[in-house]
Amino acid sequence: MSINRRDFFKALGATGMTIIGLNAAGSPGSNSDDDTEFYGILYDSSICIGCRACEKACAETHGLPEPEDEMEAGVQRKTSVTQRCTVNAFDTEEGEVYVRNQCMHCNEPACATACLTQAMYKTKEGPVIWREEKCMGCRYCMVSCPFDVPKFEYESANPIIQKCDMCYDRIKEGELPVCVETCGDALYFGTRRELIAEARRRIAEWPEMYIDSIYGEHTVGGTGYLYLSPVPHNELGFDIKLQKESYPSLTKSFLYSVPAVDVLVPSLLLGLHAATKNKQNKTENHD
Amino acid sequence: MTSPAYPITEKKQNQTIWRFLLKELKPSGKWLTPFNIISIPIILVGLALIVIRFTHGLGAVSNVTQEVPWGLWKGFNVVTGVAFAGGAYVLTFIVYILKVDKFHSIVRVTVLNGFLAYLFYTGALVLDLGKPWNIFNPVIGNNYGVSSVLFLVAWHFILYILGLLIEFSPAVAEWLGAKRAHKILSGMTIGAVIFGITLSVLHQSGLGALFLMAKEKIHPLWYSEFIPILFLVSSVFAGLSMIIFEGSISQQVFSDQIDEKSRTRRKEMLQILSRICGCSMFIYLFLQLLVFIHGQRGSYINSSMGYWFLVEMVGFVLVPMVLFILSYRKPNILLIRIAAIMTIIGIILNRLNVSIIAFRWDAAVRYVPSWMEIVISITIILIQIWIFRWIINRMPVFKGSPSWAKHKND
Repeated sequence: MSINRRDFFKALGATGMTIIGLNAAGSPGSNSDDDTEFYGILYDSSICIGCRACEKACAETHGLPEPEDEMEAGVQRKTSVTQRCTVNAFDTEEGEVYVRNQCMHCNEPACATACLTQAMYKTKEGPVIWREEKCMGCRYCMVSCPFDVPKFEYESANPIIQKCDMCYDRIKEGELPVCVETCGDALYFGTRRELIAEARRRIAEWPEMYIDSIYGEHTVGGTGYLYLSPVPHNELGFDIKLQKESYPSLTKSFLYSVPAVDVLVPSLLLGLHAATKNKQNKTENHD
Repeated sequence: MTSPAYPITEKKQNQTIWRFLLKELKPSGKWLTPFNIISIPIILVGLALIVIRFTHGLGAVSNVTQEVPWGLWKGFNVVTGVAFAGGAYVLTFIVYILKVDKFHSIVRVTVLNGFLAYLFYTGALVLDLGKPWNIFNPVIGNNYGVSSVLFLVAWHFILYILGLLIEFSPAVAEWLGAKRAHKILSGMTIGAVIFGITLSVLHQSGLGALFLMAKEKIHPLWYSEFIPILFLVSSVFAGLSMIIFEGSISQQVFSDQIDEKSRTRRKEMLQILSRICGCSMFIYLFLQLLVFIHGQRGSYINSSMGYWFLVEMVGFVLVPMVLFILSYRKPNILLIRIAAIMTIIGIILNRLNVSIIAFRWDAAVRYVPSWMEIVISITIILIQIWIFRWIINRMPVFKGSPSWAKHKND
């Protein structure tokens, strides 16, 4: 068996990439160290007619049972272990308004930061995905997610976490997420920069159709899913109290203090130990 | 009670070691004690439920929901239990770092308690994992989630268990009569202690830091960015109160092993421990007050959650603190014990409030643990007590070390 030079360099490159990849993956909070832009989806409540074709397409693509529960205005249908997305109706002064509900694909996701095995993972393309072979089922992602997105199969001996992955496999193949492909106009796929520009354009062009605010532009540090709406977002079940800073920033100061404590405390203890040692030799206390 | 036997020092043959271990594995003393009669059925039911949990999934025994994913096993056994196991790091600090020799006689039992607590609460953690076979991923795998607080806590847990094992290992060596190992292991004690205190500071606060990202989910009276510090400070008096409480039980149960000298010393020890409790509770209350004022939480007090908060803070922190302080002047063992028990209740309330009761306090469907979860929780603690008793009856924990091992521990 012989290795030619080309194979050798290939292997070397792959190893190098793994190391770099590991380091980059070590800090899912930082998205600025590479130039790739996150993909996202713009959802337009003013256009959505609540046909729920996206729900059905999503279920079909991901091998889930077809959603059969009826949509009713004012009733929040939550996502579940068998439903990655739902469309809900709300009665407002603008009539019935629909809102789609799924993973927000945050720029700096709390779930991925919480995950101690990197099973929850912010891909460089933008989708936040869940990787079964890494997950140990601790459910810390569920504790941390401000939108309560990850759903856990409590009834299974080999449980999975169910959540929208923005059809990551399709995006890698260059295809659109299946919900966007199914939908007429209410869902719009692109890089986050494009989405925000498009949303601004719509607000500027048809100011009577929209409130001047994009949900997800700043919430929790920015999300991959962005929402346009004809009425204030809190009337549509959105949590507008969520902080503007990303969720990982909440644990940052604690995590930063760890190396300092790990070095300073033992030094202090060693010093104290040395200081009290002489005293003990003198008193000769046998116990 | 069998008298300590050290057969392997003479003949270091494998056979003798095995025979010795087999003999020691058998129960000593009476079988049908009230404790056994109560605990054996509970443990059997608990073990059966654990089997069901692994064959039918978590939902078969546990009431945890999608909104409240952490239930009793995490909230009570792990988060609360670890606070009580904090006695080990506080006491090793007093004995090995500050060299207060008075406490030497209780350091072993406290370390043993801490070690078993951590071991079994890690067990509770594993029970709660959906995919426990992947538990090695964050340990040996290439999947280090270094930005995770849980990753940090997990590693500090594992290392601290090793540290506690090293701290306790001289007692095991004395039991086995392994003189050489005893010498080596005793030499490692101070290193393990320094290591252990550092790890404890971080994971006691880390358990609080776990909830930092649950900002909107925990009632504002219990959530603040200072949870890690509050958890750390409260672990000091939680651990010491547990030492006081557990000591008052052990003194009666294992009275045949405790000599007169340490019995008379005990009163003095209790007094000092209660002083430390009183002081640390004052610090804790002061921090809570700062957080309360800083967070402008006054408006939340006039609600059911607010009254509940007052019950915890006044009834189970302020009152026991006053009791501890009252016993400064006139040492009153009964008063100290009552204060310790109240403090323990207060800590249970606090940890359960953060992790379960005030967590999603506004959810439509509240999480209430099922009887099966409770039985499993109790089973874990009962098995821990059984093993504790087994060790106490065999190894030199309360009773003195054999003469060859004296004057060697630092």
